[in-house]
Amino acid sequence: MIIRKAAVAKFLDGLLKEYAVYIPRRREGYSEYTPLDPGSGYFWQGLNTQKPPKELLFPHGETLYSYRLRSDGVELRTHFDEEKRVLFGIRPCDAKGFCYLDRVFTRQDYQDVYYQTRRNNTVLIGLACLAPTTTCFCTSLGGGPFDTEGLDLLWVDLGERYAVRVLAPKGEALIKGRPEFVPAGEADWQAVRELEGGALGKMAPVLDLSGLKKRLDENYSDSVWDRVFEKCIGCAACTYLCPTCHCFDLSYEVEGSQGLCVRTWDSCAFPLFTLHASGHNPRPTGKERFRQRVMHKFRYFVENWGVMSCVGCGRCIIHCPVNLDIRDVLRQIIAGVSA
Amino acid sequence: MSTHAGEKEIQTSTRLPALMVPHRFYVQKVKRETRDTYTLELQPQNTPGELRFAPGQFNMLYVFGVGEVPISISGDPARPDLLLHTVRAVGAVTKAICRLKPGGVLGVRGPFGAHWPVEEAAGADVIIVAGGIGLAPLRPVVYHILSGRERYGRVALLYGARNPDEIMYRRELSHWTERPEIDTHITVDKAEAGWEGNVGVVTTLIPKAEFDPQATVAIVCGPEIMMRFTVIELKKRGVSEEKIYISMERNMQCGTGSCGHCQIGPYFVCKDGPVFRFDLIQPFFGKREI
Repeated sequence: MIIRKAAVAKFLDGLLKEYAVYIPRRREGYSEYTPLDPGSGYFWQGLNTQKPPKELLFPHGETLYSYRLRSDGVELRTHFDEEKRVLFGIRPCDAKGFCYLDRVFTRQDYQDVYYQTRRNNTVLIGLACLAPTTTCFCTSLGGGPFDTEGLDLLWVDLGERYAVRVLAPKGEALIKGRPEFVPAGEADWQAVRELEGGALGKMAPVLDLSGLKKRLDENYSDSVWDRVFEKCIGCAACTYLCPTCHCFDLSYEVEGSQGLCVRTWDSCAFPLFTLHASGHNPRPTGKERFRQRVMHKFRYFVENWGVMSCVGCGRCIIHCPVNLDIRDVLRQIIAGVSA
Repeated sequence: MSTHAGEKEIQTSTRLPALMVPHRFYVQKVKRETRDTYTLELQPQNTPGELRFAPGQFNMLYVFGVGEVPISISGDPARPDLLLHTVRAVGAVTKAICRLKPGGVLGVRGPFGAHWPVEEAAGADVIIVAGGIGLAPLRPVVYHILSGRERYGRVALLYGARNPDEIMYRRELSHWTERPEIDTHITVDKAEAGWEGNVGVVTTLIPKAEFDPQATVAIVCGPEIMMRFTVIELKKRGVSEEKIYISMERNMQCGTGSCGHCQIGPYFVCKDGPVFRFDLIQPFFGKREI
């Protein structure tokens, strides 16, 4: 389908009748997905947001249940976020990130009701990347600037118009009967193919990660880890901004006879993450914690799910305060101690 | 109590999703096992109150207002109506659990995790080795075996405590010692006046047990160092690693293999363990800083 850019604001406003619509927005040098205000339209110019849209399915902090102690027992209430949402303009790497969270939270042996409820109520409208930047490496991890995994619709910017690829029933239902959309012609799809070729041409060469799993097994005790972790200050920005990191903490906020159980993002980069009640800590220094992050993403996740849990969005590279580049770390691990 | 982003828009509900939200239980009885270890008998607030579990599984116990900890189930799997937990008062939460009196309320999530191989062990000899409070998750194994004793070959229970005062489940242990069904041996690391039993670490009991190493399933629970040396002794006797099971400890929170705290290699101890077949966990067991 095709939609004129001038008609996008009307389309989005139309969605507000049924959905909360989230769009990328920049505010004072900081960018994230925020709710669309009626009539405000879509004016995002950048590539991707600083903060991933992860929190719209897996919030940074959420109440799982609240309780109140009473003389006749405990009253429990569960909190569910059942808002119907459209995420508009998300990049293919972030959509792929949701597919990795799906593996963790909607497994055969465990369905996380909180995540699942949001997931089922969310429609993902993707926006193809015409101009990937130097920190983008999605093509090294099976993705691409026009990748469709996890998306319900993929929009491609054709200048004055968007070409819209319908990918899933949820996406189809969203635009069905909407007067803003007209069928696309063969020339439009030809233009999409050319843009995709152009975008792929801007990507850095694909990293050869084929030997990575074997090398991670071999050099678990290698001094390469001493070298690569040296710069890391354990701030956990990489894990917080990662679209696939899923670790969390359960904590309790208590006031008198009532309280909340709160789930918040946590990180393997923090020393308290693995601390036992006895005082023993299986990962006592930053080196083991840094290694765990790499091993989880590129070794253990592969063993459990057959894929590396990295989408190549580059946020951990862009926002690392000490310039640690995960691509460089992987290269060093593959090369080994001799490099 | 602070509020969270978007909370006003969030629907509240009384339907409770499984596993992440606790069921409410009342303390019915508290039995002091040792100086700092107690067994709690729990009864659900709502009926029906059965909590079916397999030997070796654990629950997350939440003391309202204090915190949540993973504790193995120490009761009889054939009595899902009677939930028993044996707890040693070590940290803030376990101390709060041990301070609970009959009528006190506790949140229970679970049961979680992999269980001891009581089915696979049918037809074979069984050697159960417990160190300290490691006896608690093994007691359901003993109950299970006793309920169908004819299904197993020779069964030995080897239990090591730090000193005579630290021996738990005394009455049951002396009962098992007197009876022929289970070849029970007890030792203490350090004896005191009046102690007439064995002295030494639990591995010194292994030669006392009679079993066919080729057809034995070994079930081991205790401190990591105790399990390491027990495995060495069992292997010396000819028990293969695929027939040895141990129970791992890690910081566990969610119980569903999602929060990441208890990850050890590709495994999540709360979901893939705590009971592991030794040959599968061996690459990570005792590996420093994994």
